Amino acid sequence: MNIGMTLLLQAIGFFLFLFVVHKFVLPPLANAVEGRRRQIADGLAEAEKGKASLVTAQKDADKLIAEAKAKAAEIVALAEKQRNAAIEAAKGDAKAAGEREKQIAAEEIAQLSVKAKEELRDRVADLAVAGAQRILQREINPQVHSDLLAQLKAEL
Amino acid sequence: MSDASSAAQTPSQYIEHHLTNLQTSFAGSQVNIDTVIMGWGLGIIVFGLLWLLALRVKSDGVPGKGQAFFELLYEFVDNQVKDMFTGNRRWIVAVAFTTFVWILIMNSMKFLPVDVVAVATHPFADAWKPVATADLNTTLAMSLSVILLVIIESIKVKGIGGYLHELTMTPFHGPNIVAKIILLPFNFVFQFIELASKPLSLALRLFGNMYAGEIIFVLISLFAAAGFGGVFFGGLLYAGWAIFHILVVPLQAFIFMMLAAVYIAMAHEAH
Repeated sequence: MNIGMTLLLQAIGFFLFLFVVHKFVLPPLANAVEGRRRQIADGLAEAEKGKASLVTAQKDADKLIAEAKAKAAEIVALAEKQRNAAIEAAKGDAKAAGEREKQIAAEEIAQLSVKAKEELRDRVADLAVAGAQRILQREINPQVHSDLLAQLKAEL
Repeated sequence: MSDASSAAQTPSQYIEHHLTNLQTSFAGSQVNIDTVIMGWGLGIIVFGLLWLLALRVKSDGVPGKGQAFFELLYEFVDNQVKDMFTGNRRWIVAVAFTTFVWILIMNSMKFLPVDVVAVATHPFADAWKPVATADLNTTLAMSLSVILLVIIESIKVKGIGGYLHELTMTPFHGPNIVAKIILLPFNFVFQFIELASKPLSLALRLFGNMYAGEIIFVLISLFAAAGFGGVFFGGLLYAGWAIFHILVVPLQAFIFMMLAAVYIAMAHEAH
């Protein structure tokens, strides 16, 4: 074993290779690896951001849908109210018309009864006169008033 | 023993031959030329390929398969360092990446069959050890380089005064100046042992594992001298030991990388 010159030569070789590795071999590779790592990190951050924006978009969509639903419900309620109002109005109209008919009928009845009453009054007068004639016939002596009776007879 | 040229060898000669480095004289001293060629050659090939990959790295869009593999390797090292060190870790990652990749590729030469290497290199070399990390020179060179980086990092973080203070005034704190001076040598010996044990343990652990594995491979190859049955049985054993080394090779590279990164990260901590 002779230690010496060989050792020196191998040490020179080592430093030579170390120099080459440090100056030329590793820097481009380290930069490439570092660059790719940064690129991947950026990509992941972008994806994270996209995910977050998706969540907000989902939230917005949910809000819009809820609003639309509320509006639709409002419209339906309004329509119902209007329908009810229309029904009520129609009912009122019908009632009013019925009332008017009734009034007309009542007026007619009243007129008829007045007419009947007048007719009856006329008949009552006739009856009274007839009654009075009967009474007078009994009270009055036919002999006494034979001439009157005769006159009546003549008239009859 | 399968090649005819070594037929006359005894087993001990065979083993010795396989564990001998090809040596040459360089700048007045002996050099294990096979270790240097394997270490530099594999390093140039693998780091050159990684450099080519780095030039074609796309910073956006879908990465190609080469880049995906490259990133896998980088992120593996980067995650280990990230777990132990907060702050700018690019330098530590570079050190860990270099040690891991280089040791891994040098250790992987273990998977080449020892005699195939011997036969292939025989025409031009008397001996050839393909595993550079089975040479203490390589492992010690790397661990000493790492400790040098630790010392530089310590001085950069704490300043020379701060680092000298750490080396001489801790771990035993003196209440006054006299006690500090008395405790100084003890502190320094303590810290020196701590500092020296780091590269030694790093280097010896890797070297020991690789060298021992290499010896076992050579010993298993000796079965081939026992005829056809020996070749068959030895082949099975060799395959088993190689499969086991699929675990050992990356594990040793990983341990070296982790400890190197831990030592440099520790330089940032104040005592």
